[in-house]
Amino acid sequence: MTALPPLSETKIPVTVLTGYLGAGKTTLLNRILTEPHGKKFAVIVNEFGEIGIDNDLVVGADEEVFEMNNGCICCTVRGDLIRIIEGLMKRKGKFDAIIVETTGLADPAPVAQTFFVDADVGNAARLDAVVTVADAKWLAARLKDAPEAKNQIAFADVILLNKTDLVSPAELREVEARIRAINPYAKLHKTVNCAVPLDAVLGKNAFDLERILEIEPDFLNAEDHDHDHHHGHDHDHDHHHHGLKHYHDEDMQSVAIKYDGEVNPEKFMPWINDLTQAEGPSILRCKGILAFKDEPKRFVFQGVHMILDGDLQREWRADEKRDCKLVFIGRDLKEDLIRDGFQKCVA
Amino acid sequence: MTTPATSLTERVSPIDAGAHVVAAHFLGRTPVLALADGTVIISEPGNETRIPAHEEAAILCAASSGSTLFTGGDDGRVVAITATGAITQLAHEKGRWIDAITARADGAIAWAAGKNLSARDAKGEVKTWIAPTTPRGLSFMPKGYRIAASHYNGVSLWFPNAAAAPELLDWKGSHLDVTTSPDGRFVVSSMQENSLHGWRVADKADMRMTGYPAKIRSWSWSHDGNWLATSGAEASVIWPFQAKGGPMGQSPRECGVREFKVSQVAFHPKALILAIGYEDGWIILVRLTDGSEILARSTQNSKEAVTALNWDASGRQLLFGTQDGHAGVLSLPI
Repeated sequence: MTALPPLSETKIPVTVLTGYLGAGKTTLLNRILTEPHGKKFAVIVNEFGEIGIDNDLVVGADEEVFEMNNGCICCTVRGDLIRIIEGLMKRKGKFDAIIVETTGLADPAPVAQTFFVDADVGNAARLDAVVTVADAKWLAARLKDAPEAKNQIAFADVILLNKTDLVSPAELREVEARIRAINPYAKLHKTVNCAVPLDAVLGKNAFDLERILEIEPDFLNAEDHDHDHHHGHDHDHDHHHHGLKHYHDEDMQSVAIKYDGEVNPEKFMPWINDLTQAEGPSILRCKGILAFKDEPKRFVFQGVHMILDGDLQREWRADEKRDCKLVFIGRDLKEDLIRDGFQKCVA
Repeated sequence: MTTPATSLTERVSPIDAGAHVVAAHFLGRTPVLALADGTVIISEPGNETRIPAHEEAAILCAASSGSTLFTGGDDGRVVAITATGAITQLAHEKGRWIDAITARADGAIAWAAGKNLSARDAKGEVKTWIAPTTPRGLSFMPKGYRIAASHYNGVSLWFPNAAAAPELLDWKGSHLDVTTSPDGRFVVSSMQENSLHGWRVADKADMRMTGYPAKIRSWSWSHDGNWLATSGAEASVIWPFQAKGGPMGQSPRECGVREFKVSQVAFHPKALILAIGYEDGWIILVRLTDGSEILARSTQNSKEAVTALNWDASGRQLLFGTQDGHAGVLSLPI
């Protein structure tokens, strides 16, 4: 008898590559595929032709998005991904990871939501990270005229700020500040020709509750200065911090909350559920680690639009301060509503 | 031994398939398995032939006309295999996957590759139609040369030989597989939201069959066409279709209740006996008339799902295959 390992033993990691047209996605993809890493990838692309690598499975996708019939208006998923991943699972064992390259105009949310909404996909594969390639020279302009580019920055776990050789140091600082105004917690790498070590973009476990925030040592640092005395908007501030200019994007922002204390889970859980249900269409991503009153373990959650995933995780260590950190990234976020709502949950 | 005949497990002849069994059909009396690794096994007793039907590729889907097996691969090829092992390539859609395939007794087949839906009649003439979105399920309708194709937001009923646009049975959402009742009165699709959607073809009346904990990826019509057995729950949910309105306003029966989900179902071709395969590899036969059950396969070490299940035309033998490459033939003591 042939002994095959049970399929449930391992989930295939999936990396989603996004980036506006011409930013360098294909360069990154070819780099991933040609580096001598000994790994085999299944690559789901929207257009054939630009990559042609032996030993890797290349699958064409149609980016077919549909709405789930579950009463959740922002719950769109990629049906073609469900079909393709089901097919790829028949080749299980012949590749180590999946890379999904989206078109330059694609919204990353339906791709990410597919992994949470479809049980078969969720059992077979896990979303590793959303990697966005941005063009250092043109991103600032695209953020003004292309909502897709802004979505891709807002959604990213890892951002490659590419083509840095084409801009001056001042311009680079400027575009970096623009990115940070939208997404303060993504890992940012400045690159030429997408030259990054592969472990900067692969194997990030960005959607693993165990790893949330641990992979972002800079998390919230930028906002530390005003966390407990400043609840209002600060659109007019244009001050320097860590040497970085602070911008506030007109329609895409992040709201970061840090609270030196505990919250009451009986209040917090209904609040975060109601908030993401009501404000889900405008909240692209959210994450948090919380200290619940009388609970020795950390509570960790993350969300994509209305889809929430949360669990009690490891115990707080003796040398750790029991506190709460949350971040919301989205479009036209109601910052006061979010901060006041959270404040009512404190224990 | 005078124990009651509650188990048929001793009557199973195992076949070591060695890879995920995508489909299992009898061609005449010969058991044939289509494997995910691209191989087709023709399993004559004592003489097993392994045919590399899709070399270096995976078989994604397969269908049988009764005498020929048709396989679709992620190499874009559609291949016909007979019980003697003769293989013929019928189509090659370069750079695409064959996502769905269906066949009927006269040898006509239809397959989908991306949005391209192709029908090949028994004489070998191929017609193509481009669906609005990628079809995931195909089914020949019992009357005329007509194909039901499920896709986003409904099912299209296509006459390959007619110039007219296909008729659309619309319902919002992602439709996976599609089947037609043997009398042609009803079309049923399985949906992303763990439910079935049905239409009465005459007036396009909608019916929804919900309450499943998982997607419905296997179903089977009883020989008399009165019942549709389905997978997707911790029992086979069996919908009555004998009434004028089909299952509308009626409750389904549930057979073979266990704590594991049903992954495959196959009605006996001559009697109201249902073979039920489960996600843990068990197979049970249930008699609909009194709900009595007989165990056909139990598993201890393996816990992988039954992924293929079909009777031969006489109803004396049942062929099965599993996700972890086990397979076998159950011979009934009749």
